[in-house]
Amino acid sequence: MELRDKTKILDKEAIEKAITRMAHEIVERLKSVDNIAIVGIKNRGAYLGERLAAAVGRVAGARPPVGALDITLYRDDLTQVTEQPVVHATEISFDISGKVIILADDVLYTGRTIRCALDALIDFGRPSQIQLAVLVDRGHRELPIRADYVGKNVPTAPNEVVEVRLAETDGKDEVVICEKL
Amino acid sequence: MNNKIAWSKKDLLGLEYLSKEEIEFILYTAEGFKEVTTRQIKKVPALRGKTVVNLFYEPSTRTRTSFELAAKRLSADVINIVPEASSVSKGETLIDTGRNIEALKIDIIVVRHNCSGAPNILARSVKASVVNAGDGWHEHPTQALLDMFTLKSKLGRIEGQNVSIIGDIAHSRVARSNIWGLTKLGAKVTVSAPKTLIPEGIEKMGARVTNDIEEALEGADAINILRMQFERDTAGAFPSKLEYFKQYGITAERLKRCKPGIVVMHPGPINRGVEMSSEVADGANSVILEQVTNGIAVRMAVLYLVSHARKE
Repeated sequence: MELRDKTKILDKEAIEKAITRMAHEIVERLKSVDNIAIVGIKNRGAYLGERLAAAVGRVAGARPPVGALDITLYRDDLTQVTEQPVVHATEISFDISGKVIILADDVLYTGRTIRCALDALIDFGRPSQIQLAVLVDRGHRELPIRADYVGKNVPTAPNEVVEVRLAETDGKDEVVICEKL
Repeated sequence: MNNKIAWSKKDLLGLEYLSKEEIEFILYTAEGFKEVTTRQIKKVPALRGKTVVNLFYEPSTRTRTSFELAAKRLSADVINIVPEASSVSKGETLIDTGRNIEALKIDIIVVRHNCSGAPNILARSVKASVVNAGDGWHEHPTQALLDMFTLKSKLGRIEGQNVSIIGDIAHSRVARSNIWGLTKLGAKVTVSAPKTLIPEGIEKMGARVTNDIEEALEGADAINILRMQFERDTAGAFPSKLEYFKQYGITAERLKRCKPGIVVMHPGPINRGVEMSSEVADGANSVILEQVTNGIAVRMAVLYLVSHARKE
């Protein structure tokens, strides 16, 4: 699939600000960070999870534990997608039972990834709550799922793609709306 | 490691037919499944709604159980077909059996057969995926993959390692698959056994051959000790079990002269006091039980990949 960049909606600084704001909202809403843990959805959500945990650490003085979740094996479209999904290892080194888990991902779109992530997460234990933090909410939900913390709401058309690029994976930080060619 | 590779093979028939990249991709995918096997809930829905048939023409407990567990942990349904109890004993051919099984709308056939090449024939006759669980003296690809997976997790990498395979090379599909896989990944392979158990032309596969066990052990980073099949193929190739143990058996004494961190593998079941002493089998260098554990992750990866093969 060929993509052409159309509009840059967040630059490095704006991404940082959005993450910091979400960290403040998390601390404000949950009061205490003693019992929270952040689980990012691989690949980019995992890096955002790390950044969000660091930001919560700066705000609250204590950095919550971070894990990374691979949801490939839980996808509902395994037999349909043309590009083969690659299985990566999930890295959650703490017990999630009883904790408030904040799922972190880059873009919230149809909600299907989050549905998979909820299934995957619950196989690891029984959190007291699961909340969702996303850098970009682009709308077009196909399931009854919503985010608790949103970096930026962006109205999009279905033929557009929201690309979150991060220094860890793409060499630089930016969020761009692209057009399918 | 190139993650962009697309797995395009509907079958796993042998490591001879795979590229270096494909073997590395299976081992990488198995890492993800290894994590699944350590969870409290050791089950993922990746093969939900798929059916796996274990078709074993030769007796096998560990390989069949390992495949069965692998399939179940992927949420597939599994049935076992025991040929003595089925129409095979009434004279049905392998191809007919395969087509009849396929007519039951199954997705993967895991086959073990005493004839070399039987899985290849089956794979050509059915649309379902075929996974070779050992055919004659030909290949046992998942065993070699789990050996390499274990080796990689112990030594960090496979390239450049000296791996010696000791024992009945002539009648061993495990040896053949290991030689294919290890040489493709850049390991230096040595095979060692009495002359009667070294097949002609094995050096053409890229393995160094020596009848001297000390030479095979010197400088080895890992040894893979094969089972002496005294109950069948090996009989007659060597005077007695004791004689074999004296000349080729791996003892603590012999291990002392090896590299300190040498990895000791065995595909099981072990003949204690024949291929190796109990001291070695249960010793600090032995990874034999880890091999069994890793086998499930590797077989999960194989079942997952063949059932989601993409068109080339």
